[in-house]
Amino acid sequence: MTRKQRRLVLIGASLGVLAVAAALVLSALRDSIVFFNSPTDVAEKHISPGTRMRIGGLVKPGSVERGDNLHVLFAVTDGKTDIRVRYNGIVPDLFREGQGVVAEGKLESDRTLAADTVLAKHDERYMPREVVDALKKSGRWQEGQTQDVRGKPQ
Amino acid sequence: MIPEVGHYALVLALALGLIQSVVPVAGARRRDAALMRLADSTALMQFVLVALSFLALTICYVTSDFSVATVFENSHSQMPLIYKITSVWGNHEGSMLLWVLILSLFGALVAAFGSNLPAALKAHVLAVQSWIACAFYLFILLTSNPFARLSEAPFEGRDLNPILQDPGLAIHPPLLYLGYVGFSIAFSFAIAALIEGRIDAAWARWVRPWTLAAWVFLTLGIAMGSYWAYYTLGWGGFWFWDPVENASLMPWLAGTALLHSAVVMEKRDALKIWTILLAILTFSLSLIGTFLVRSGVLTSVHAFATDPTRGVFILVILVLFIGGGLALFAWRASTLKQGGLFAPISREGALVFNNLFLTTACLTVFVGTLYPLALEAITGEKISVGAPFFNLTFGPLFVALMFVIPFGPLLTWKRGDLLGVAQRLMTAFAIGIAAIAIAFVGQGQSVFAPFGVGLALFVMLGALTDLVERTGLFRLPLATVRQRAAGMPRSVWGTAIAHFGVAVSMLGIICAGTWGTERIAVVKSTQTVSLSGYDLSFDGLVQRPGPNYNALVAKFTVRGGGVAVGTMEPSKRSFSARGMTTNEAALMSRGLGQLYLSIGDSNNDGSIAIRLYYKPMVLLIWIGAVVMMLGGALSLSDRRLRVGAPKPAAKSALAPAE
Repeated sequence: MTRKQRRLVLIGASLGVLAVAAALVLSALRDSIVFFNSPTDVAEKHISPGTRMRIGGLVKPGSVERGDNLHVLFAVTDGKTDIRVRYNGIVPDLFREGQGVVAEGKLESDRTLAADTVLAKHDERYMPREVVDALKKSGRWQEGQTQDVRGKPQ
Repeated sequence: MIPEVGHYALVLALALGLIQSVVPVAGARRRDAALMRLADSTALMQFVLVALSFLALTICYVTSDFSVATVFENSHSQMPLIYKITSVWGNHEGSMLLWVLILSLFGALVAAFGSNLPAALKAHVLAVQSWIACAFYLFILLTSNPFARLSEAPFEGRDLNPILQDPGLAIHPPLLYLGYVGFSIAFSFAIAALIEGRIDAAWARWVRPWTLAAWVFLTLGIAMGSYWAYYTLGWGGFWFWDPVENASLMPWLAGTALLHSAVVMEKRDALKIWTILLAILTFSLSLIGTFLVRSGVLTSVHAFATDPTRGVFILVILVLFIGGGLALFAWRASTLKQGGLFAPISREGALVFNNLFLTTACLTVFVGTLYPLALEAITGEKISVGAPFFNLTFGPLFVALMFVIPFGPLLTWKRGDLLGVAQRLMTAFAIGIAAIAIAFVGQGQSVFAPFGVGLALFVMLGALTDLVERTGLFRLPLATVRQRAAGMPRSVWGTAIAHFGVAVSMLGIICAGTWGTERIAVVKSTQTVSLSGYDLSFDGLVQRPGPNYNALVAKFTVRGGGVAVGTMEPSKRSFSARGMTTNEAALMSRGLGQLYLSIGDSNNDGSIAIRLYYKPMVLLIWIGAVVMMLGGALSLSDRRLRVGAPKPAAKSALAPAE
């Protein structure tokens, strides 16, 4: 083989691998990413049931009901709209009423979220950014709170 | 007084850094040996000054000097001494100081041990190293001064984030940074080569040990971080594809590729331009990682503050060095001489394959990490890209790469005999297939996992086959075998061991991920929970005070097959200073598997929620990483790499066997 042919083989192989990778990335981006919504988004956007999504906001005070076998029912609110969330499992240590929370799961036909993951904030000073954004959007964010976002592990 | 000394030392280091950035380059221009040599002393002195600065900060932490803002924010007088020391880098400011400490350490090492480098190359390398250092000194001094004082010293500190009060995380950042920042040397060498417009096999021989050393530390650092996440986050996962984790994985992938392409360059004088590009990209990914972690653009498990001035500053550094490096590359790469020829089926070909797949896999991680950020910046839409994405993209590419690993070392340089190699790998392949069949029959849940187990075994046995072939084991008399084994270069052993380690990790990931079992339950006192043949009975809750926290400990007795095998005591620690609790999972190793128990909320009736996992073979994940690291270290100790850079022609004539 001449230098030119060898180079062609190399370039061909590289492009082939890159094309395969691009195809994998594109198909994975279509199927396996999860969109984040605030409770108001869920109410306004007409999202079809069965969609996987993340919602963020505050745990509505007085909404937490604990059932048997670690079933938990609570509402996530951004001050304007509430979304009910069902979860079966151990909630994080800092899951409390009135505190920030992010839940990920499938939207059911009755507009509740069947969550398989519930994330709460890390410590007293830190609030998940998604929650902050959701609150800002609904106008419930008080600017004084920004300082509280300055927790910084690591 | 002490904080001011530290601050001042850092300013002096910056001043020296500025001198070192300019004078050696001018010296190389004028061929003035004295000016070029100046870089040696300034590099050593920079390290001394930064070390002094770091020491000063450490003293502030150890003596709990709360008049220093970062000490107040991140320390507490009641903390054990070890965490007082580790909290030096358990926050943004201190960890950046650690960053430059390691950067200046590598600069000093080049100055001290690079006596066999050509004077001009060394001068350029140290100058480039100093450009990076200056950028980061400025970053610290202007935006993240760790020595800033409070006007009134508070009486007590706000404590280190309790998640970080852990021995695993104490040594994780230094190891990670030794890896991350170590790649700066490869970058400096690449830029120096581009400035000089000259590059040869000897260049690769100088660069390889530095890259290898950085890689060894990065491997260990990543493994450490993953083990920490496993036992501390309380849900038994060891890798979350979290952007912070990806930030360290990307330089590791690129660095691994660089390691392999440098071999081709060193042995065969080929792939020169690609190696240079890879050296630039690897450190660029380290910088991007620093940006992701330090600028606060992420929401993640390790989530933390947003402070735009810092983010923009690092972004400027990023653009300057990555953009500058790539622009220089585009401008000068064509002046570098072309390398040697090789057939697609050859050792070089296999290493090109390795590079192709590693860099592509790295690219998919890059897309998965940065796409959500880009999308949010452009459209405002927020998405999360998690494990499913990476399993679908990174997974297949890595599987293809694994399959080719055993072939590489067995192929000869220039032109290989694929059929002959395949024959030699027959035994390994047959055992791999048998393992797939056994694993497939033995369980019915998964199609991919048995295939993965077979592949991992194939790679392990392939690495052994390489050693057997080289030493002539089973073919030659034992005395000859011993002689051959003793005479074999350590890098050959290193290669086989490192490849073996990759497969060991893979085996652990597959087994723990597929055949692990899980149980979530609420237990009352004296109640028993069973999982995978183990019975855990709950003996009640006790309070146990620690130095700066209060622990709620749940006591469990574990029985396996009816026999008591020990106790497990998962706990929850409440830290009053921050009003935070941390979860301390209890681990019990059974062979290579582990029982994993963590507790959730306790109820008024004395019952408690528990999460129990049994993870078979899980320890292999980290054992594999340690094996990889040992392989790298063994390779590093190869005489060939330590003895300067002998004439390439003479050396390759002596060692054609590799």
